[in-house]
Amino acid sequence: MDMVVCVKRVPDTAESEVHIDSSGRDIDKGRLSFGINEADNYAVEEAIQIKERDGGTVTVISLGGKESDEQIRMALAKGGDEAVRLEDPAFAGSDGLAIAKALAAAVKDLKYDIIFTGALADDDAFGAVGVAMAELLGVNHAAYVKKVEIAGDKIKVGRELEGGLLEFVEMDLPAVLTIQTGINEPRYASFKGIKLAAKKEIELKSAADLGLDASEIGEAGAWAKLEKFTPPVVGEMAEILEGEPEETASRLAGILKEKGLV
Amino acid sequence: MLFELAEEERLFRSMVRDFAEGEIRPKVDELWEKGEFPYGIIEKMGELGIMGIPWPERYGGSGGDYLSYVIAVEELARVESTCAITLEAHISLGSSPLYYFGTEEQKQEILVPLARGEKLAAFGLTEPEAGSDAGNTKTTAVLDGDEWVINGTKCFITNAGTDISAGVTVTAVTGQDDGKSAISNIFVPKDTPGYNIAPKYKKMGWHASDTRELSFSDCRVPASNIIGKQGEGFCQFLYCLDGGRIAIAGLAIGNAQGCLEECMKYVKERVQFGKPIASFQAIRFKLADMATQIELARNLAYKAAALRDAGKPHTKEAAMAKLFASEMCMAAATQAVQIFGGYGFMDEYPVSRFFRDAKILEIGEGTSEIQRIVIARELGI
Ligand SMILES: Cc1cc2nc3c(=O)[nH]c(=O)nc-3n(C[C@H](O)[C@H](O)[C@H](O)COP(=O)(O)OP(=O)(O)OC[C@H]3O[C@@H](n4cnc5c(N)ncnc54)[C@H](O)[C@@H]3O)c2cc1C
Repeated sequence: MDMVVCVKRVPDTAESEVHIDSSGRDIDKGRLSFGINEADNYAVEEAIQIKERDGGTVTVISLGGKESDEQIRMALAKGGDEAVRLEDPAFAGSDGLAIAKALAAAVKDLKYDIIFTGALADDDAFGAVGVAMAELLGVNHAAYVKKVEIAGDKIKVGRELEGGLLEFVEMDLPAVLTIQTGINEPRYASFKGIKLAAKKEIELKSAADLGLDASEIGEAGAWAKLEKFTPPVVGEMAEILEGEPEETASRLAGILKEKGLV
Repeated sequence: MLFELAEEERLFRSMVRDFAEGEIRPKVDELWEKGEFPYGIIEKMGELGIMGIPWPERYGGSGGDYLSYVIAVEELARVESTCAITLEAHISLGSSPLYYFGTEEQKQEILVPLARGEKLAAFGLTEPEAGSDAGNTKTTAVLDGDEWVINGTKCFITNAGTDISAGVTVTAVTGQDDGKSAISNIFVPKDTPGYNIAPKYKKMGWHASDTRELSFSDCRVPASNIIGKQGEGFCQFLYCLDGGRIAIAGLAIGNAQGCLEECMKYVKERVQFGKPIASFQAIRFKLADMATQIELARNLAYKAAALRDAGKPHTKEAAMAKLFASEMCMAAATQAVQIFGGYGFMDEYPVSRFFRDAKILEIGEGTSEIQRIVIARELGI
């Protein structure tokens, strides 16, 4: 089984205060710490577990600056074989689709059975890259995958639905799977693994190397354009309910009834 | 001069941080309350190569540098101190004499399982009458045929009484040299008859770490268990202690960093006089001082570790790092409790534990007074 895992370096915003920067189109990342996107960490683990069970290779790909090498190497340290990083000023302003174009261009010449991505990025939360990539490559896909079973050249995957239900679908390989957190228990890299990974080469590819024209990628190739960030505005008609969920839910139900909306 | 870690060291740090967050953080309360030795965590640390970071792979280690090991101790202590001190005593005190001064056979036989984390190492220097005055060792080892016969008592020994302890390297008087006791280091396996292990001490902090009194009564070990040459024990443990002091500085920096992070969260949440206490200058200045002192201690400790890695003299820098970092940590923990007010005095608040774990750092592996003696001596006065 030859596999590709796409990983993204993201700022850790869970415990920090987030401020909009002076451009108005990004957050101030100066004081944030960075790590691998959470769902991608599970995607890496899933690929490595399959490799350990059934053999094969795992190639790690990331679109990002030099700092992303850290996330790539950690994935190599856990059991990845090869790595590619895509970097080009032309990628700036990409949306999910433009990123998918770059990634698809990078994997299309590789031998692959499964491409893994995380289901959702912790920062921009498009949830689109994996699915768009499958479409561009003309292969099957499944999103929010929480279970993977391999049977020959087919796979059966469990997709997470509302309320924790799993929907099982079977499909032919190759396929793109976007992995949901909790599918497995991601391992820690070992010291030896890190030392080995530190010596591995990460292949660097620009837009030109990928045969991509500037008009297809980055802001030019994006369908969605980020205009500005703003904190949610509390409108005049809005009433914010505060308190415990049980309490706010019953108050909400009361209001809806009162206004004759239900 | 950018004071930046190499990529490999940054990866090590991030791996140990993830491990501490994922495997230790959820057990912090239990470790403190029950005080039971964390076998499961130590086993996992062994599997990841943390228990043998600075030793070469041919001896079961990870082939990392000393700096990476100090960073690992720091990252563990940022969350909880007993796993950090268990690692520190295991590497700097217990395993070091074997690695630096042991024979090839001793390394293959004793060091390899230690470096893999299958066994735990300890060093027995302190005695009831030989604390700071380590040269006043009363324990004796007499050669009888091809065996050393050891008699004496060691106190406050870490890692020697667990189920996975390999044994302890003790300092013992093996003769006289110009009227002074000649001290040698001898490895005593734990199952040796006459190796008596007292119950665990009840401690102010470090509840889950294993510290005990040991006594030896006609305890016989093979003559080949001596480490290095007879009479070289004193010099050997001074070299090992130089390394240990840098690692204790790492423990202090991690503990202080943990205090700072707890405070950073709390001051934004705690409201008094209608405002988060983070808005009061008195509180802001405490945090500014804490962060500044941590930065200074970290730079000093990493420098000492880098000197050790480069094979350069570092006795003075190691003593300075240990002295400054441990006193800095005590001050930071004191301020952390102050910032938490009455809640900081309560057991369930992490800063109360950080505070109690901090004090020993000014005492173990040479008290602050002894560090100042060492530094003054190194200054040439
Ligand atoms: C939890 C814990 C774990 C430990 N683990 C180990 C271990 O694994 N192995 C081991 O060998 N030891 C271990 N120790 C022992 C530790 O290293 C000693 O406690 C320490 O070195 C101090 O010795 P002491 O307690 O006898 O104090 P003392 O030497 O009696 O000191 C008492 C006071 O007198 C001061 N003092 C002493 N001499 C001088 C001087 N010349 N000038 C000025 N002031 C002086 C000291 O600074 C101190 O303030 C451990 C201790 C503890 C508490």
